Amino acid sequence: MATEAKRVTDIGPPHYEKFLHPLIKENYGKWEFHETLAPGVLAHTGPNGTIYSVRMSSPRLVSSNFLRMVCDLADKYADGYFRFTSRNNVEFLLANKDNIEPLKKEIGEKGFLVGGTNNAISNVVHTQGWVHCHSAATDASGLVKAVMDELAEYFTTEKLPAKLRVAVACCLNMCGAVHASDIAILGLHRTPPRIDHETLPNLCEIPTTVASCPNNAIRPTSVEGKTTVKVDEDKCMYCGNCFTVCPAMPMADPLNDGVSIWVGGKISNARTEPKFTKLAVPFIPNNPPRWPEVTSKVKEIVEVYAANAKPFERVGEWIERIGWEKFFDLTGIEFTKYHLDDFRHAGTTYRRSIHNRY
Amino acid sequence: MADDLKIPLLEELEKGPWPSFVSDIKSVADRKPMAADLLRQLEKSYEDKRGYWKHGGLVGVMGYGGGVIGRYSALPEDFPGVSHFHTVRVNQPSGWFYTTDALREIVDIWDEHGSGLFNMHGSTGDMVLLGTRTEELEPTFRALTEKGWDLGGSGSDMRTPSCCVGPARCQNACYDTMDMTYQLTQNYQDELHRPMFNYKFKMKMSGCPNDCTAAIARSDMAVIGIWKDDIKVNQEEFAKYLDDGFNVQEFVVEKCPTRCITVEGKEINIDNSNCVKCMHCINRMPKALAVGDDKGFAINIGAKAPIVEGALFGSVIVPFMKIEDGDYEELYDFIDRMWEFWDEHGTARERIGEFIERVSLATFLEGIEMEPSPKMVKAPRDNPYIFYEEYFAEEDEGEGEGEE
Repeated sequence: MATEAKRVTDIGPPHYEKFLHPLIKENYGKWEFHETLAPGVLAHTGPNGTIYSVRMSSPRLVSSNFLRMVCDLADKYADGYFRFTSRNNVEFLLANKDNIEPLKKEIGEKGFLVGGTNNAISNVVHTQGWVHCHSAATDASGLVKAVMDELAEYFTTEKLPAKLRVAVACCLNMCGAVHASDIAILGLHRTPPRIDHETLPNLCEIPTTVASCPNNAIRPTSVEGKTTVKVDEDKCMYCGNCFTVCPAMPMADPLNDGVSIWVGGKISNARTEPKFTKLAVPFIPNNPPRWPEVTSKVKEIVEVYAANAKPFERVGEWIERIGWEKFFDLTGIEFTKYHLDDFRHAGTTYRRSIHNRY
Repeated sequence: MADDLKIPLLEELEKGPWPSFVSDIKSVADRKPMAADLLRQLEKSYEDKRGYWKHGGLVGVMGYGGGVIGRYSALPEDFPGVSHFHTVRVNQPSGWFYTTDALREIVDIWDEHGSGLFNMHGSTGDMVLLGTRTEELEPTFRALTEKGWDLGGSGSDMRTPSCCVGPARCQNACYDTMDMTYQLTQNYQDELHRPMFNYKFKMKMSGCPNDCTAAIARSDMAVIGIWKDDIKVNQEEFAKYLDDGFNVQEFVVEKCPTRCITVEGKEINIDNSNCVKCMHCINRMPKALAVGDDKGFAINIGAKAPIVEGALFGSVIVPFMKIEDGDYEELYDFIDRMWEFWDEHGTARERIGEFIERVSLATFLEGIEMEPSPKMVKAPRDNPYIFYEEYFAEEDEGEGEGEE
């Protein structure tokens, strides 16, 4: 067929060069230094001039209206060039310094914020939640909106001791990779999957389902003559990996699904090595639309950190200096048996010294 | 439109200073029934505290095994607009740079064929076109490819590689992250579009150890820029930091992890042989200090989120490599050997990091024909259970060690 012949595949993305501002092309690989002119405004200088980046907040989940608005702003102030950051901010790339203030003004008029640079809370990396995911234990966009409404002043200023990265993931799959953020909000299930023995034999492959469990809690069994599976509920840790391979094992449980809060992770190698986030608050029930118990706890942690950490000390570095016992004291978060790891390599988190603080 | 949406809970999320996704979705709801029903179903989720999406289904475009995530509402009678709500992942350009002309083309396509809703961007890096019907997938794909765009990865394939701005807008870039991302993506189109691996394989390119793409936590293959020679120092600019009252002693010297910085008068001295390239001093004084000239990258393999065996950071497999004259053969060769060994000996849904933990780093290195290096470990083993593979047989006795 003629139409089939025209079908093209495997062309990959367009070459990046056609999207680069001429000033960026001229300085490509030759940049000398950068300065921060104001929160959210960076100036990068190379031998062939300076490019100004104006960073704008974005909910990440956006409409075509939002993107057309971004394009209109970029046409008006940035010669039609812009980019997105790895944390989902929009960055307008300006050759003309005089356009910075008018652009900031118009961004403000449209209800968006400029900031997220250096010692600020940048945009929240997050997942799909109830908006689009089958395994979500909470919503992501709503949590982010509620949390960032509380923390917006830390986006538009650089008054924190160091950068602070917040991430939200709506289940343990962690599409938002929250396991290395300064503060992570993680949705979790707390009850085993419910098994639909009627549909399971048709929907699921038994060996794959059995193999999906990290704790060997799933075994084949027979119910009314049909081969299905059973779950050893004492072994189940509610990861939902079985549900990912077998739709007849749903996890959603409105009474028991909720949110946990983790702290002290980092990605960069600056000063100290990258760190995993560690458990702070084991469980807070879902309380949409604004999750007030979560937002107030996150804000408290941020404020205790801001008041106690030394300059250029990330949350995890601060906690390591003062000790975890002090962190729980200062934040008033209760330390429970749930804070003790009991999975693989759990012993690596036990204190094997007498380096105690009293 | 807003009148018959009846979403009082979600409308609570229109208040406050942070931009509201609810207001934004509402703004397209009158022309997009899909967006309207998305809000209505989400309102029900907020009422009932649970999601209403069915498990994904097998949908896609002809000849591709990935790039589309099937999604169906669990309540299609109540919310017919989202009875199908499939995601199309579109491979983003390196560094997420766009022109307005190019992005408007994508927006037009999605306004015509889909919900008009997006994630800019997904966690792996793709543009995420959120929500369309099965019959719109092929027309969407055709419209995208006509404008020069292609799909990203999903399932057990090479996922869409992504990178930081690198040399496009950063003085710290130790290699060309933008170009490497483009070249890897083009070189492995088949692996990207047709899932044939044990499980997903993500790649992220960060130009320096600040790791702005979170490669070390979020990618099976983290390519992180680094240099081998001395940090470049501009003493004149350094003196200006002192003159401006910047507390170099407290904020730089004492923060150096290996204490390899000293200041005498207005001069900074760095014991580069002990510098671990952490970036802190360069970050604090970008006008005075810069990464060296002998630049390249390290490759850390195996990062992943918790499922199944627990979260991992990538660990050093290639301590240093560099691309010269745009020749990526050495890198491709490394990747091919790694994938082949993982493919042959890994199990279904076993990420490469879990695979290495299971078979051991030593076995993995042998399998991909690489030599062990102290740069790959924090410390040598501290247990004596060594599986010796060489030992002396009876007839060797008396020949003595060290004669060879």
